[in-house]
Amino acid sequence: MFVAKSIAADHKDLIHDVSYDFHGRRMATCSSDQSVKVWDKTDDGEWHCTASWKTHSGSVWRVTWAHPEFGQVLASCSFDRTAAVWEEIVGESNDKQRGQSHWIKRTTLVDSRTSVTDVKFAPKHMGLMLTTCSADGVVRIYEAPDVMNLSQWSLQHEISCKLSCSCISWNPSSSRAHPPMIAVGSDDSNVTYTGKVQIYEYNENTRKYAKAETLMTVTDPVHDIAFAPNLGRSFHVLAVATKDVRIFKLIPLRKESATSSGPTKFEVQVMAQFDSHNSQVWRVSWNITSTLLASSGDDGCVRLWKANYMDNWKCTGILRGDGSPVNGSSGQTGSFGNAGGVGGPASQNSVVGAASAGRKKAQLMPG
Amino acid sequence: MEEVDVEPNITLIPGVDFRHKHLGFVWGPGDIVVYETNYTEKGGGPGGSGRPAIHVVRKDEDIYSPILRKLFNESHHIFVDLQRIKKDLPSKNKKPQFVSISKNYRSVIRACMEELQQIAVSTQDDSLSTQYGNQISILLAVELIWNLCEVLFIDAAPAGTLLLHLLDWVRLHKVDVDVKAREILQSDSPTKHPAYWDLVISFVLQGRMDEARQVLMKQASLQPAARPMFSLMDNLLHKMPIFNPGGTQTLTEFDVKWRHWHEECDRCLQDSSFASNSHLETICKILVGDEDTLLEQKELLSTWYHFLVTRLLYTHPTVKPTDLHHYAQSCMHMFLGTRNALEPLDSILLAAFEFDLHQVIKDCSIALNNWWFVAHLTDLLDHCKLLQSHNLHFGSNLREFLVLEYASGLFTHHSLWQLAVDYFDHCPEFGRVYLELQIERVPLDTERKALKVLRICEQRQMTEQVRSICKIMAKRALRNSRLGSALSWSIRAKDAAFATLISERFLQDYCTRGSFSDLDLIDNLGPAMLLSDRLTFLGKYREFHKLYGEKQFTEAAKLLLSLMTAKIAPRSFWMTLLTDALPLLEQKEVIFSAEQTHELMFCLEELTSEKCDPNPDQPMQDEEVESTKIELLRLALARNLANAIVKEGTVEA
Repeated sequence: MFVAKSIAADHKDLIHDVSYDFHGRRMATCSSDQSVKVWDKTDDGEWHCTASWKTHSGSVWRVTWAHPEFGQVLASCSFDRTAAVWEEIVGESNDKQRGQSHWIKRTTLVDSRTSVTDVKFAPKHMGLMLTTCSADGVVRIYEAPDVMNLSQWSLQHEISCKLSCSCISWNPSSSRAHPPMIAVGSDDSNVTYTGKVQIYEYNENTRKYAKAETLMTVTDPVHDIAFAPNLGRSFHVLAVATKDVRIFKLIPLRKESATSSGPTKFEVQVMAQFDSHNSQVWRVSWNITSTLLASSGDDGCVRLWKANYMDNWKCTGILRGDGSPVNGSSGQTGSFGNAGGVGGPASQNSVVGAASAGRKKAQLMPG
Repeated sequence: MEEVDVEPNITLIPGVDFRHKHLGFVWGPGDIVVYETNYTEKGGGPGGSGRPAIHVVRKDEDIYSPILRKLFNESHHIFVDLQRIKKDLPSKNKKPQFVSISKNYRSVIRACMEELQQIAVSTQDDSLSTQYGNQISILLAVELIWNLCEVLFIDAAPAGTLLLHLLDWVRLHKVDVDVKAREILQSDSPTKHPAYWDLVISFVLQGRMDEARQVLMKQASLQPAARPMFSLMDNLLHKMPIFNPGGTQTLTEFDVKWRHWHEECDRCLQDSSFASNSHLETICKILVGDEDTLLEQKELLSTWYHFLVTRLLYTHPTVKPTDLHHYAQSCMHMFLGTRNALEPLDSILLAAFEFDLHQVIKDCSIALNNWWFVAHLTDLLDHCKLLQSHNLHFGSNLREFLVLEYASGLFTHHSLWQLAVDYFDHCPEFGRVYLELQIERVPLDTERKALKVLRICEQRQMTEQVRSICKIMAKRALRNSRLGSALSWSIRAKDAAFATLISERFLQDYCTRGSFSDLDLIDNLGPAMLLSDRLTFLGKYREFHKLYGEKQFTEAAKLLLSLMTAKIAPRSFWMTLLTDALPLLEQKEVIFSAEQTHELMFCLEELTSEKCDPNPDQPMQDEEVESTKIELLRLALARNLANAIVKEGTVEA
C-alpha cells in the first residue's frame, strides 16, 4: 500500500470522524472545531471541499451519510448533547460556479441530556431512521415518516442500556428471517464485571426493542462495534474494539415454539481475537464485502485483518505515522495540498529481486 | 493465505505522530483514508494541534496501468470461455481444450510484455522506463511459472515427452541465445567472434543440435587439419536420439538407443578423441552429462532450472514426473549452493517441480500483489480437477476465494468493474452476494451509466438493487427539478409513493403554468399509469387535454366527468376540472347531456357544500374570485341543462 494523496483538511482542530458517502464520491469530515466539511471527488480523482459550516456548539464526534435513496443527507452528533440532520439543497447558480453547495439544518435532536457519542442511520430497508446513543446510557431511534420532509422526526424508541454508551451498529441484514437488530457498546469504566456489548432486537408483536443478548465475556470498556455484511448467511458477525480486537459469531438458536414472542437467543462464538495493538482499540470497521477488517489502537497504528478461505485470520497490513512533526503551515497555502509521491516502503516479497522498489512508484501513476 | 508468516507490510503516513496520537480511518472504494486524531479526547474544548491532513492510502494494484488493463480485458474472455466448457465431458476429451486455454492466457501475457518492451524502449523518461522494466520482469516471471505449471499439471506429459516440454520451456524463456546467435552470425567472421564457442555451447545446452552443428561447420571448414575431429563431433550431435512421442518407438526402445549413443560419447571421451580441442572436449563432456563441466557453464545456463533441464537431457531423458522433484532439489542446491537464501521465484518453481500445487498458489499469492495470476491459474487448475486430486478438499473454496478477491479488486476501477461481473457470476457460493454488495456502490455518474448498472441487475433478477438504483436516480432528478426523468425512474422503481409525489408536482406546475412539461412521457404512460392513483389521474387528465385539443368534445366531456364521478381526481383538483368544463358548456353545440349536466351540478354542490366554512387563511380577494367562478359555473350549467333538455326532447320527437 502507498499514500496516493494527502489533503490538507483545513479543520482548525482535531478531526474525529471521516465518512464516505454510499458511492464513495463524497466525503464528510467533522472536528473539534465544531464544523463539518463536505468534500467532492472530481473525475480526475481530486478532492475539493464544497461546503464547510459550523454544525454544533461542541466537538463533533461523528458524521454519517444517509443512503442516497433519501437524497443528500448527513447526520452529526456532538458533545453539545445534540444530534442534527443536514440536507443539501440545489443551490443558486453562482454557488455552483464557485463549486460550493448549500447544506440546511433540517432538525436538531435534543432529547439527550449528555454528550451524544454516536449517530447511525438504520439499514435502508427499515425506512429513514436515525439512531443516537449517549453518555447517559440511552439509545434513541428516530424516524422521518415523510421522507420528503426531513424537518419532522419522531422519537420512536428509547432503549435504556443502564451503561454509558459509546457506539452503536445496526445489523445490515435485510433477510426476513432476521428482525431489526442493533448492537450497543459501552465504555463505562465505573461498572466492572458487566458485559459491555448489548444486542437489542425488534419484536413485531410488542413493537418494542428488547434485549436479546449481552456479550458477557466483554467486560472492558468498548469503544466501537461493527456488524459485518450478512452475505446471506444464517449467522451474524460482529467486530468489537475493546482492550483488543474481537470478532464474534452470533448464531441464532431455533426458537422453542413458533409462537414464542421472546427475543432470539444466540450461541456466541469468538472467531478471532487480536491483541497486537497492545492496549485500547478505538475503532473497528469492515470493508464492503467484509473480507477485511481494519482497527485503530493506542499503538497509533491502523491494522488490517483478513481471513483466508479456511477462516484463519492474519494481519495483512499496518498503517502508521512516520513520526515526523506535524507541518503546521501545510494547510495555509490552499484548501488542498497534494502531497503526491510519498511511496511506502518497498515490499519484502517481490518475485524478481529488486523489482519492487520501482514498482511502488508505478502505482502512483494516475489510472 | 494461512501459513503466511511474513511480517505484514508497514505503510508510513507522512506527518503523523504515532506516539502521542491515534490514526483514524475510514474505508473507501478501493482505498482507505487515514487521519491523525485522538480518541481519548472527551471534552468540548480545543484539544488538538491544528491543520490536520487526511491521507488516501491505496492498495498497489496493477489495475491502474493502461497496458495491464489489456491483460485484464483479454484474460476475461478466456476466463468466460473456460467456464463454458461442459462439466460432463470426460476429462480425457477436455485436456486439449484446457491446454489451449492455458496457452491463450500465456499469449495474452506475452503480448502485454511485448507492448511494455516497446514502450520501455521508446520512452525518454528514465523512471518510467525502469517502471516498465519492472513490470516486464514480473510478467516474465508470471509467464515462466504459468508455463511450467502448464507442462507439469495441465498437459501432464508422461516420461519421455516430459523432457521435450521442459526443453521447450527453457528455450522459450532463454531468448538471449537467439539474440547472440544473430549478432555473431551477422558479424564479418563469426568464427573469430569472441563469443563463438559460447554460442555453440549454448545451443548444445539447450539440446538444439542442428543449430549447433551448423555453427560448428563454419569452424570446421577453416581447419582442414582438424576436420576428422569436427566431423566426429558432428556425427555425435547428429546421432543423438530424440524421443518422438507421435512415433511407433516405445520408451524402452528409445532408452536403449539413447544408452548406446551415450556410451559412444563416453568412449570418445575415454580415448581422448577431442583432446586437441578443449572446446570440443567440453561439448563432449556436456553430452555425457558431466556435472562439473555443466556447472562450469553457469554463466551460459544462468539459472538452476536451465541446469536441471540440461542435466536431465544428458543423463535422464526419460525422467518420470514423480522423480522430478529429486533432481530439481539437487540441481538447485548444486547450482545456487546451500547457503544462499532462495528468491521467491526459485521456491515457487521448486514447489511446482515437487508437484505441490497448493504451495505454488500460496507462494504466488504472497509474492505478487495482484490476484490476477493466482485467480486465473487456480481456476484453470480447478477445472482440470487438479485441486481435488492433490488432496485439497477445500479446492473449490480456494478457487472461489481467489476469484472473489480478484473480481473485488476490479470493482474498484471505474471501467474494469464490468469485467468483474462475469467473475462473480461464476462463484457459486458467494458470487451473487458479493456482486450485490459491490454493484450498488458503482457511482451512477450519468443516466447512461445508471442504465448499464441497471441492466446488469435486471439480467440477474436483483430486484432490490434495481429498485434502489431507480429510486436514487428518481430522487436525484427531482432534486434537480427534472420531473420527467424523476417520474420515469420512479415508475421503473415501482415506487408508488414517489410517483404520487411527482404527479402532484406535475399537476401543481400545470395549475401555475397552464401547460404540461414532458408530454411524451405522460402521453405514453400506458399500464404504468396504474402504479399510483395520482399518476392515473395525471395520465387521464392529460388524455382529456389531448381529446379537447383534437376537438373530440364529447369524448373529452365524458372523460372529464368520469374523473370526478369515479373518484380518480383528488377533491382538491375538482374546481380546476369544473373550470375546464366551462368552455365545453359554452360551445354552440350541446356536449354534456342532461344527465351529465346533472352529475356535474352534483359535483359542484358537493364541493361547495364542503366549503361552507369560510377559510380564515384564504384572503378575501381569492374568495371573491372563487365565488364569481362558482356563479359562472352555475349559470353555464343551468343554461346547458336547458339546451340539453330541449335538444334531447327534439330528437325524441
